[in-house]
Amino acid sequence: MNRLTQGVVLLLFGGAILRASMTDLYLRYVKEGLRPFLIATGVLLVAAAVMTIWYSFRAATTHADDDQGHDHHGPGVGWLLILPVLGLLLVAPPALGSYAANQAGSVVVAAGDSNYPPLPEGDPVELSILDYASRALFDAGKSLEGRDLRLTGFITTAPDGSPMLARIVLSCCAADGRPIKLGMTGRPPVDVPADTWIEVTGVYSAQTSKDPVNNVDVAFIEVKTWQEVAQPKQPYA
Amino acid sequence: MTAPAPAPPKPETPERRIGSLEVLAALLVLLVVFRGPLSSLVSGPALQTWTTVFVSVLVQAAPFLVFGVALSAVIAVYVPRSFWARALPSHPALAVPTAGLAGVVLPGCECGSVPIAGSLIRRGVTPAAALAFLLAAPAINPIVLTATVIAFPGRPEMAVARGVASLAVAVLIGWLWLRLGKTEWIRLPHRPELDDLSRARAFWAACRHDVLHAGGFLVIGAAAAATINVVVPESWLTGLAANELLSILALAVLAVLLSICSEADAFVAASLSQFSLTSRLVFLVVGPMVDLKLISMQTGVFGRRFASRFAPATFVMAILVATVTGAVLL
Repeated sequence: MNRLTQGVVLLLFGGAILRASMTDLYLRYVKEGLRPFLIATGVLLVAAAVMTIWYSFRAATTHADDDQGHDHHGPGVGWLLILPVLGLLLVAPPALGSYAANQAGSVVVAAGDSNYPPLPEGDPVELSILDYASRALFDAGKSLEGRDLRLTGFITTAPDGSPMLARIVLSCCAADGRPIKLGMTGRPPVDVPADTWIEVTGVYSAQTSKDPVNNVDVAFIEVKTWQEVAQPKQPYA
Repeated sequence: MTAPAPAPPKPETPERRIGSLEVLAALLVLLVVFRGPLSSLVSGPALQTWTTVFVSVLVQAAPFLVFGVALSAVIAVYVPRSFWARALPSHPALAVPTAGLAGVVLPGCECGSVPIAGSLIRRGVTPAAALAFLLAAPAINPIVLTATVIAFPGRPEMAVARGVASLAVAVLIGWLWLRLGKTEWIRLPHRPELDDLSRARAFWAACRHDVLHAGGFLVIGAAAAATINVVVPESWLTGLAANELLSILALAVLAVLLSICSEADAFVAASLSQFSLTSRLVFLVVGPMVDLKLISMQTGVFGRRFASRFAPATFVMAILVATVTGAVLL
């Protein structure tokens, strides 16, 4: 790899990161808070690329011997940086879905304060799956009683074949993504393919079960109605 | 996608040389032309998850890598050699804990600290101290310890145990290196000679070289971690959790294989709830010090002879120290 090629590889890598962080693409892989750092990273990489290319052209026009020497061959392993560029620019894989949700056990819902604040206004009230599970499991649903609730997630299939409502929780990047899963009673969606995003309206259900993967409690919701929705801009919880 | 890397270009025929730039251009044209078939190739759920995890490990690590590389370039170009002689105690046995504690002030994950440690050794810092820094920095900085407190609500002793055990491992490995280590095991990669360049030019040359070098090895590590993430279902682990000794070993190996960023591993440890607290502490201490992407990067930056000794020694030391700390504190 001569110096000019190294510059081009850096430019591609930096460009791919910049493009992903300028659009919503990066939200499929990392948390929103990383965005400013990603932009700074992309800018720095592009700057390094531009300086490399500039020096390489300047060396070529002034005295050519400087750049053609054998000691300017960069590390061969640098070619591998083409792979993430390929992944980001050409393939752009989707956010984690039901396959990952079935591989890993449900997250342990943190037991918050013993007194959960009342739900916000709204009928039905929008709630995250994580918040619902926490209130259902640790507060015995006291703060959920008597309210219509609306939750958004994707469909994943439990080992016994019944559909579950799930969302992937990220703490850093998709490599540590863990699912939070909810069982569905009442009128759950039937024959909906896995990975379909749905919006569920329902009420609290006292039923629970165990996640077969890691033996953690899984809460249930009693579904009244549901409808298909587009994948939210922030696919992770 | 795990296929071997595109081989470095070789001159095809003596009279007409094909340079790397031509190879790159041809590769890119091919990739764009075959974009459709390529995307459908990764449409299976397992392969798709692999690609997502692979890309996300790299996107997450890129800022830390670039920050670490830029800092190491600053060390290489702008910080005079004499600074380190003044900043660190002259006796190597004292320089080790000082360098380990210096890790507290450098928030970042492990990808950044590898090039920084390499740069410190180049600038004449005793390898034992640089290695103590390498091990301590990703594990005991404030961001990581705060994340651990949040991940284990009501159990602040987990973060305390993590900090104590990680610092102890880093210092012990540093001292072990002073006793047994040989400098010739460390082979730093040839870097374009910086001394005869202007400062700005040397800075960018160091950045370019280190991003390509450490970044390339990061790609290998990310691919390995993504493979483990997809291939090993978590349910395999559940059977091991009943036996304390087995669960310690299982989580230590899992920490190596998963290669999760040190800022996130506490949340993963929290969700491995079927395991004992001590075995999860082992997971948290081993992970930032030995994992697939680190071994790959250390091989690249320090050489194979170094990595093949350093990684196993650190692995054993981390398990022992974390187990003892867990028995005492948790």
